[in-house]
Amino acid sequence: MSHTPRSAPIAKRAQLQPGDLGHLVKSVFLGAYNALMVGLELVINPLQRLVGARRMAYFFLLPNMIIFGVFVLFPMLLNFYYSGTTGTRLMPQDRTWAGLANYEHLFRCGNFSQPNTCVEDMFWRAAHNTVVFVMFQVGGMVLLALVTAVILNREIVARGFFRSVYFYPVLLSPVVVGLIWKWILQRFGLLNAVLTGLGGEPIQFLLDRDWATFWVILVSIWAQMGFYTLILLAGLQSIPAVLYEAGEIDGANVWQRFRFITLPLLMPTLFVVLVLALIRAVQVFDQVFVLTGGGPGTATKYMVQYIYETGFANQIPRRGLASAASVLLGMVLLVFTLAQLWLGRKSEAA
Amino acid sequence: MKFRTVLLLILAAALLVPATPSTAQEPVELRITWYDDGNESVVLRDLLDRFEAENPDIRIVIDVVPYTAILENLPLQLEAGEGPDIARVTDLGGLARYYLDMRPYLSDPDYWEENLGPYLTWLRLPGDDEGIYGLQNQLTVTGMYINRTLFEQAGVDVPSDTQEQVSWETWGEACKAVADALGPDVFGFAMDRSGHRFAGPAISMGAQYFDENGHPMVTDEGYRAMAELFVRWHQDGTALVDVWAATPGYVGANEDYANGRLACYMSGSWQVQQFTNTIGDAFDWEVVPFPCGPAGCTGLPGGAAVVAIKDTQHPEEVVRVMEYLAQEDVLREFHARTLFIPAHAGVAMSGVPFETDLDLARAALEQWSSMVPQIMPLAVRLQGYPYNRIVFDASRDRLAQVIVGELTLDEAIQRTQEDIDQRLAELEG
Repeated sequence: MSHTPRSAPIAKRAQLQPGDLGHLVKSVFLGAYNALMVGLELVINPLQRLVGARRMAYFFLLPNMIIFGVFVLFPMLLNFYYSGTTGTRLMPQDRTWAGLANYEHLFRCGNFSQPNTCVEDMFWRAAHNTVVFVMFQVGGMVLLALVTAVILNREIVARGFFRSVYFYPVLLSPVVVGLIWKWILQRFGLLNAVLTGLGGEPIQFLLDRDWATFWVILVSIWAQMGFYTLILLAGLQSIPAVLYEAGEIDGANVWQRFRFITLPLLMPTLFVVLVLALIRAVQVFDQVFVLTGGGPGTATKYMVQYIYETGFANQIPRRGLASAASVLLGMVLLVFTLAQLWLGRKSEAA
Repeated sequence: MKFRTVLLLILAAALLVPATPSTAQEPVELRITWYDDGNESVVLRDLLDRFEAENPDIRIVIDVVPYTAILENLPLQLEAGEGPDIARVTDLGGLARYYLDMRPYLSDPDYWEENLGPYLTWLRLPGDDEGIYGLQNQLTVTGMYINRTLFEQAGVDVPSDTQEQVSWETWGEACKAVADALGPDVFGFAMDRSGHRFAGPAISMGAQYFDENGHPMVTDEGYRAMAELFVRWHQDGTALVDVWAATPGYVGANEDYANGRLACYMSGSWQVQQFTNTIGDAFDWEVVPFPCGPAGCTGLPGGAAVVAIKDTQHPEEVVRVMEYLAQEDVLREFHARTLFIPAHAGVAMSGVPFETDLDLARAALEQWSSMVPQIMPLAVRLQGYPYNRIVFDASRDRLAQVIVGELTLDEAIQRTQEDIDQRLAELEG
């Protein structure tokens, strides 16, 4: 029979002095805390006696697993089911089973590099756009975040101020970021007012395919870079200063110290940053939807917007097709994540 | 002992209070999902306050939502069975399967047939000749506004001042001439980003929209002619590119027009109330007769209906509200205050005392009313087609791709037709 000691109250009963409000509040809180602990013991002790101490871990995990199951796992399985169905009805039981028809529809294509030859051309346009966005946004952002973190890690003037400045956009909601930049970039926006004020010609930043793509990527980097800079900065600060001192003594210059000390030791953090940035880039939607709406035409329409419009915004929603597209998107994300994790482990082992 | 007795008495009273049945019955709460073009929800609230005063057993909550929520969220709510009791909709036939047939509950179905007959069919699914599902309390017509002040400033004659029928090409040239004369901040023409707006001009150019089997079709020469003209206007600077090129879904160009940036604006009669407030007499805004093509001169009818929803728990109360809103005097007040053209025959016949002191608004309303009988039968048929939004949305999205150079016109027309066919097939699947 296991012995289950009763936990002692964590503090002695407070001595209430007349007129002492602080003591009164303290004693009330301590009383409540002790009552709560006693109450928990009344539940947990019998349970532990029943299932044993080892299995108690499952009991503590249960609330989280229930939330995960209801809000993540179940919708994910439901999404798989929807991707194999067709029709316009919402409820699963009302939908017609179509097997792999939605996937076949998405992959019916003359030449995958030319969306116009595909039956579902919008899907492939969105896929192409997403690939371009991910390449330039993630590449540009990780590089800039690394450079910024290295600079902010040095003894520069107003270092605290600059750290705040770079982090500030992260605090803004993506919708706010989209709106701010829309006001700056639109036909009668701030930037064109400046350009014409300086005697130049206005540029239609959001009506030209290339300009719109450029600004969408730039704004996204601006909005998120601070977060990744912060992670990299933490990584840089965990590198022992003694290694740099040793490098200096051995005659290593700045680049050599960065190449052979900073970069290898920062690699695990860099991989984390890369994976997070990649996942977030593939999921891009709200900020761009507000800024360009996916335009001009479909120049900045990305996968999540395609899924949203196909599944929800059209008069005849094609939920099966939208689900199939989201399953494919999920698989791409999974492949990227596994590849990055594998590379990360390989790097750590080396 | 005494304290304990008092405490027990209080406890007993507290337990008894909720259990005691209320002498007055709780009113039934009905929810209306509504969107505003202008001041409609304010007017509706006034009208329903009076209804509630006379019918204390019903309480009505109006949920005012953005128009996009009516297009995108409401169908989802209705499909999930979580919709409101009553809703204001514009996708009249597209949502028909969710409507409540009010006929069994109506005290006088003939009143509805006599006064709203042609519009009741817009709310029915194919094959249904009987159901009464809602009240068409806004009849709209698509057509063109001009900014006469800009025409005068540019020294360009308004074509409809001297010609009874003005072609789309002539209007295009005149609108562009205004923009060319007044510089880079003024644009010749804009059309709301909507296939519904495009349909009227296309029909006037000869588009048939249906094949001989009644299947929607956009591959004829008439549709192509208007599409070609429309794309050319965007390429040669006649039209403001921003509206169709830069944004997805429906977008109105009303703000550009109200800001005095457009010489010509293709939209519809529902804008009058808004322009009365936003423009007033800041410049001379007016409605011109339907521009013409080889097949005729027409806009597209449309509008909004207040419909009863099938999943309501209180069909009888819902129908009482609908019967009240359909009363001639109530409707007349609604139209007078919202500046909407009435669909109700009785109200239209007796006239609406529109509540505005603005001559420009009065003239616009008179012009719109006079244009209603000129709408071509094909335009009425297209509006009555339950899945017309499939046609409209596909037209809009594919034409936008031509405007930005992603597709050729041939490809766009072929894609539009494929989109329509695929979505209709999905509907059957």
